[in-house]
Order: sequence, then structure tokens, then C-alpha cells
Amino acid sequence: MNLNYSAEEQAFREEVRAFLEEKLPEDIAAKVKSYRRLSKGDHQRWQRVLSERGWYATHWPEEYGGAGWTPVQKHIWDEESNRYGAPRTIPFGVNMVAPVIIRFGNQQQKQYYLPRILNGEDWWCQGYSEPGAGSDLASLSTRAVRNGDHYVVNGQKTWTTLGQHANRIFCLVRTDPDARKQEGISFLLIDMNSPGVTVRPIITLDGEHEVNEVFFEDVKVPVENLVGEENKGWTYAKYLLTYERTGLAGIGLARAALNHLKGLASRQQKNGRPLIRDPGFRQRIARVEIDLQAAAMSNLRIIASVEGGGVPGAESSMLKVRGTEIRQQINDLARRALGPYALPFVEEELEAGFEGDYLSDPDAAPVAAQYFNNRKLSIFGGSNEIQKNIVAKMILGL
Amino acid sequence: MDFRLSEEQQMLQDTVARLVRGEYSFAKRLEFSQSEAGFSTGFWQQLAELGLTAVPFGEELGGFGGGGVEVQTVMTELGKGLCLEPWMQSVVLAGGLISQSGDEAQRQRWLPGIADGSLRAAAGLQEPQSFYDLNNVETTARASGDGYCLNGRKSVVIGGHTADLLVVSARTTGDSRDARGLSLFVIEAGTAGLERRTYPTIDGARGCDLLLDNVLLDDGARLGAEGQAADIIHYQAGRAVSALCGEAVGVMEVACERTLEYLKQRKQFGVPIGKFQVLQHRMVDMMSELEQARSMAILAASVADQPATEERQRTLSAAKYVIGRAAQYIAEAGIQSHGGIGMTWEYDFAHYAKRLVMINHQLGDDDYHLERFADLMNTPA
Ligand SMILES: Cc1cc2nc3c(=O)[nH]c(=O)nc-3n(C[C@H](O)[C@H](O)[C@H](O)COP(=O)(O)OP(=O)(O)OC[C@H]3O[C@@H](n4cnc5c(N)ncnc54)[C@H](O)[C@@H]3O)c2cc1C
Repeated sequence: MNLNYSAEEQAFREEVRAFLEEKLPEDIAAKVKSYRRLSKGDHQRWQRVLSERGWYATHWPEEYGGAGWTPVQKHIWDEESNRYGAPRTIPFGVNMVAPVIIRFGNQQQKQYYLPRILNGEDWWCQGYSEPGAGSDLASLSTRAVRNGDHYVVNGQKTWTTLGQHANRIFCLVRTDPDARKQEGISFLLIDMNSPGVTVRPIITLDGEHEVNEVFFEDVKVPVENLVGEENKGWTYAKYLLTYERTGLAGIGLARAALNHLKGLASRQQKNGRPLIRDPGFRQRIARVEIDLQAAAMSNLRIIASVEGGGVPGAESSMLKVRGTEIRQQINDLARRALGPYALPFVEEELEAGFEGDYLSDPDAAPVAAQYFNNRKLSIFGGSNEIQKNIVAKMILGL
Repeated sequence: MDFRLSEEQQMLQDTVARLVRGEYSFAKRLEFSQSEAGFSTGFWQQLAELGLTAVPFGEELGGFGGGGVEVQTVMTELGKGLCLEPWMQSVVLAGGLISQSGDEAQRQRWLPGIADGSLRAAAGLQEPQSFYDLNNVETTARASGDGYCLNGRKSVVIGGHTADLLVVSARTTGDSRDARGLSLFVIEAGTAGLERRTYPTIDGARGCDLLLDNVLLDDGARLGAEGQAADIIHYQAGRAVSALCGEAVGVMEVACERTLEYLKQRKQFGVPIGKFQVLQHRMVDMMSELEQARSMAILAASVADQPATEERQRTLSAAKYVIGRAAQYIAEAGIQSHGGIGMTWEYDFAHYAKRLVMINHQLGDDDYHLERFADLMNTPA
């Protein structure tokens, strides 16, 4: 056993740090570190910087313009980029649809879509869930009917994250209504500007517009937008879901959130001293820090096990559950750390460039909202109950 | 023993319940929340007309001397509708402070208005550094002429933004965390040097910070003996804690009801999701947290208007601890069992969940009250 990073890996970490120090725009990092809203433009600006360096597509092979990183390198990137306050990569294009296109798409699709993802021309969103198909995704009912050289799509997707910014959506659609439910599904790439596509906002409980409903009414989609074979979409979707799950542990994000919490707790006063010196609260923080350390180690073990290639198996489900619980606990503590000031919701303070007088701690404004918003972590990407079902079945044979 | 409400208490419950059902649809609540006042002045008016703003006061003020149970009964029903009106702040807390510590003239001057609803009051007892400890006061009241000059800041006064009267604590002597040296003052809206910084709260209500900059008050604004207010503050905060427990129970009842309905109605994998054992057990846990909370709320109500003793304080902290824990559990478990729909603005459940979590941030969360209970806990000699 050797728990040290190799000399090359350490050199890589230095390279990553130097890059982040030089290239990460300060205004963006400041927003990320204080949990302020990022605009579409912020994301695009950072993506261009990454693309120039060849570090945007960390999951792709080099031949398509990917970074060609090993799992350990990706992990180092995750740690450092979160530490420096780089925006998280919006995964739908680069980390979701792209791996599917690379693995199952045809030459034309690769040539057309991959460069557009790299250079930021396309913003993708994920059209899986429907009102009637959440955990039971395979019961989806959005229909695509082949008609000559195109499909006609009718139906509704929901919970579409950042669909309001997107110009493309990858969808699971039903092409054979008579087959067993997993066997009649296809993977279709749809231009959101096509006639018949309507996007409606869903406002979440914290007042944010982050998710949407997407309606399809007689939308014509050229057959060349089908990925792989007709009715084989479920296989591709499952392939993608394992990708989705690995990122969801969010170890780097949890570390950043823990630092943020410690900052809050050292500025907040209780009994005439910083809250972080209060034995009870300090132990609460310590407990979650230890859990995080354990999860980070488990994460490394999974990473090491796939170092030779392949994708992690059902272990990543355990990690998703743990990682999301830890992040939710950190959010809970941050909210507690504010005491009565968790109540005020001063929206102006959420905007970058706010120059007024902060009501309380400058970092307070997003805290309660984020606590509520991050209830999503245990719901999406396969709810934590579903993850446990997977572990029970796939690992434990129950 | 008899845990049933008396006939009068039931009538009170019916009156409030009917009013809330009639006036407080979810859609209306959103409107009220976004209106100028942040609540419904019309609904406030109706509470007043039905005599509900007088509940805890004596007959001379149009009330019937309602105690902990009556106050909770009102709060539970208001909680079920997620009502935004600062009834507790005005009638229970500020009204209680004036009622307990005011002299005859002060009571005459302010209580009839509070009891008939024509005056709304709120109490500013906490400060940026106080973290739920109401003795932790840095706002100063210096002698000035034949009155006082107040300087400092009171934080997160729910309902304070539209209050006609603000009862605030300030220090006449002592260090920032001393119990001795605290006094209470009534500041009328419009007094020079009083600035309110108003904001919405995450759970849809509204509050403000009070910025006191050389607020000059005459001697008649001081409630009770100078420097002796700590016990009164704690006593009345205890009544308010009991009231919040009552509200929480109402909010939890609806949150559990909605979740249970949803488990029966939402289908995935061809069955209602309530067929999945993990959700069944969680629903059972939610219900048993609710039952524990109900029990402790009843206990809190029974001591709320009893003479101040350590036992009373201990019971109130125990109740707020159980309620705080249950409220957060029901909010989080309820959202999780709903899936995505549980965290949408359009669905009332999410607003119940937010209120539940935020009740923890008023007058002490579960951590705070656990610590207080532990300090007061009986131990072998
Ligand atoms: C903020 C947010 C962003 C999202 N973004 C996207 C997106 O971009 N694209 C997209 O396609 N989808 C997205 N989703 C949808 C997400 O994947 C679904 O919410 C998730 O799959 C759960 O489905 P549901 O909400 O319909 O809940 P349901 O499936 O109805 O589940 C309700 C409850 O039942 C439980 N449950 C269901 N089945 C079982 C079972 N067999 N055993 C035990 N428990 C069970 C669930 O765990 C949950 O607790 C997003 C969701 C949220 C909240």
C-alpha cells in the first residue's frame, strides 16, 4: 500500500495550482466562494479559459480534445478547483451527453457536436425526468414517432436544470410503446429552437429559477439526431447515469462548504466568544469534518480501483449517499451558525457587486436559501433511496 | 386527567380555524406575503373584531384571561394556515411585557389598543451578538434629562416593521452578558432616532432590525424598575416559546398530512410510493415526532402562565428542543419523501417545510435549548 501521490501527480497538482492562480478570474472566484449567483456569462467565461488550456473536457479522450486525465488527475483537479473557487462545470454537455456521443454516437455526430461543446457554442440540458417518471425513469412517456426522415416528438420533460440557458436537450423518448418499458426507449438530441418546444420555469422553494418544464408539441427532429440504435436508449442512459453518480459525491464541494462554515462560525458570536469555540458547535463541525475525511478516502479508493480504465460500479452509489448527506449537514450547520439571522432573506446581497451595508455577516445572505435548495442533493441523480436499493441489489444480493 | 379542550377552548379553536380556512388559502397567503405590509391587514382586522387580539388579556380589556392553552390553540390554527400576522409578537410577547411590568398609566395607555388590535406591538430583545441569549444586550440606555437616551441595535424583530409600538431591552448598567442592569422601554413608531431596516424572511414573513441612534425617551417609556427587567424578559419569552410550540404543531400537522396524502397518491414502478417500506417507516417516524411534539407542546402550555420557577424554564426548554428537532425532521423527511415536487414554490408543502425549519431560529434552536436544559437538569446531589 502506498497512500502518497506519485511525483508526477504532485507535479500535476502544482501545475493545476499555478494555472488557477493565474487564470481564474477573481470576480468569479469571489462569487463562488461566497455562494453568490453566477450568470450564464460567468460560466461561459470560465469555460473558454478552460477550453483554451485543453482542460474543459476532463472526461474525454485526448483525440476528441479532452484532457486525457487519469482518475487521480481528475480528482486532483476537483480538489484544487474547488479550493480556489472555480465554478463547478455544468455537466450536461461536457460530462453527460458527450461521453454518450463518444461511446455510442456516429462519426458525424462526434464531428458536429463535440467541438461545439468544447467551444461553448452549445449549452445542453438533460431531458430525462417527466412528471410521471422520476425514480421510475423507464416509465417515461414522451413519444417519438418516426415519419420519413424525422421523428415527431410529443410530451413533457420536467426538472430540466438550467434549461432556460440551453439551446439543446438530450432526451429519452419512447419509440416503441409495445415493447417492455426499458426496451422501447431511444436517445434523441433535440434543438431547443425547433418549433413546438416550450420552456416554462419551475421556481424552487428558495425562490430560485434553476429548473424548468420542457414541453414538446409535434416537434420535428431529424433522424440523424438519434444516438446509436433505435430502442437502445436505456443502455446509453444507464451508461450516462454511472458517470453522473461519480461526480455527485461532491467531495471538493463539501470541503469548500466546510471552510465556508468555519469562517461563518468564527465570526459569529455566542456567549461573548466566537461560536467555533463553543464546545457543542465545535464538536458538530468536527463530526462532519471526520465524516468528510472518511468519504474522501472512500472516494480515493474508488478512484484507484478504476485507475486502469472503466467506470465505478455500485460503490459509487454508497458514496453518492454519503457525500450528499455530508453536504446537507454542512448546510444545516451553516444555517444554525447564523442564529436569528438565518431568517432575513436579503436578496440584494445575493447579487455580486452588492455595495450596500450588509445586514449581518457578508456571507449570511445565501445560507438559509442554500440549505433549502440543497435538499435536492438527496433527490436528484437518483434519489438516495434508489441508490440504496441499487447497493442492496447489486452489491449485497438482497 | 383529561387532555380534552374545554367547551370554551373548543369554541376558540373553531373560531380561529373557521377564519383561517375562509381567509387564508395558499394563493392568498402568497399575495399577503408579497404585499406592502407582508401580511394581511384585513385579516388582522378580523382577528381583532372577533376579540382574538384580546385572548390573553383580562375582561376589562375585552379578553377572557386566556392562558397557555388558549394561546397555543390560537397559534396552532394560525400555524395550519401559515398565517403571517404578528399576533404572537404583539399580543403575547410585547403585550405580555407591558402587562407584566407596566404601571397603571402605561397599561392604560397601551394595552387597550393592543387588545383591540388597533395597535400592533413587537418586542426587540435580541442583538447581533446575542445568539438567543436575551441577557446578552449591548444596547445602552443612558440617563438624559428626566429620561433616557438609547443607542444600539436590536435584531430580527418579526413584525417590527409595521409595529406602532416597540418594546426593547437596553442596558442601564452592567456588562454585555449580565442579567442585572437590563431595562425595558417602549418606543413609539415615529420617535426620532429610530430607524427600521426591513426585510422579508425566508419563510415568507417580514421583520426588521431596529437601529437606535440617540433615541430620547421620557421616564414614562421605561417599563418596571430600572435594571430589573431580566426576569420579566425571560418569563415573557417563555410564554412566547410556548406559543411558538403551538404554532409548530399546527404547521407539522399539515406537513404530515400533505406527505401522507402524497405517499398514497404518487405512483412510481406501478405502485403508490407509500408501498415502499423505507417511505412507510419514515412516515411513521414523522408521525411519532409529531406526537412527541404535541405532548411537549401541551406540557409547555401548562407551565407557560405559571409562576417563574426553574422547573418552568426547564420544561419550556425541553419543549422547544423537542419541537425544534421534530420540526426540522418533518421538514426534511417530508421534502425527501415527496421527491422534487416537495421543493417547489408552487406547492404549499414547501412553505410549511420552510416555516418549520425557521421556527428553530426564533427564541432558540434545539441546540440552544438542549444546552439550557442540561444546565438546569436535576442531578444527584
Ligand atoms: C433541483 C432538481 C434538479 C433536477 N435536474 C434534472 C435534470 O436536469 N434533468 C432531469 O432529467 N431530471 C432532473 N431532476 C429530476 C430528478 O432526477 C428526480 O427528481 C428524481 O429522479 C426523483 O424523481 P421524483 O422527483 O419524481 O420523485 P419520485 O420518484 O416520485 O420519488 C418520491 C419519493 O419516493 C422514493 N421512491 C421512489 N421509488 C422508490 C423505491 N422503489 N424504493 C424506495 N423509495 C422510492 C424516492 O426516493 C422519493 O423519496 C432534478 C430534480 C431536482 C429536484
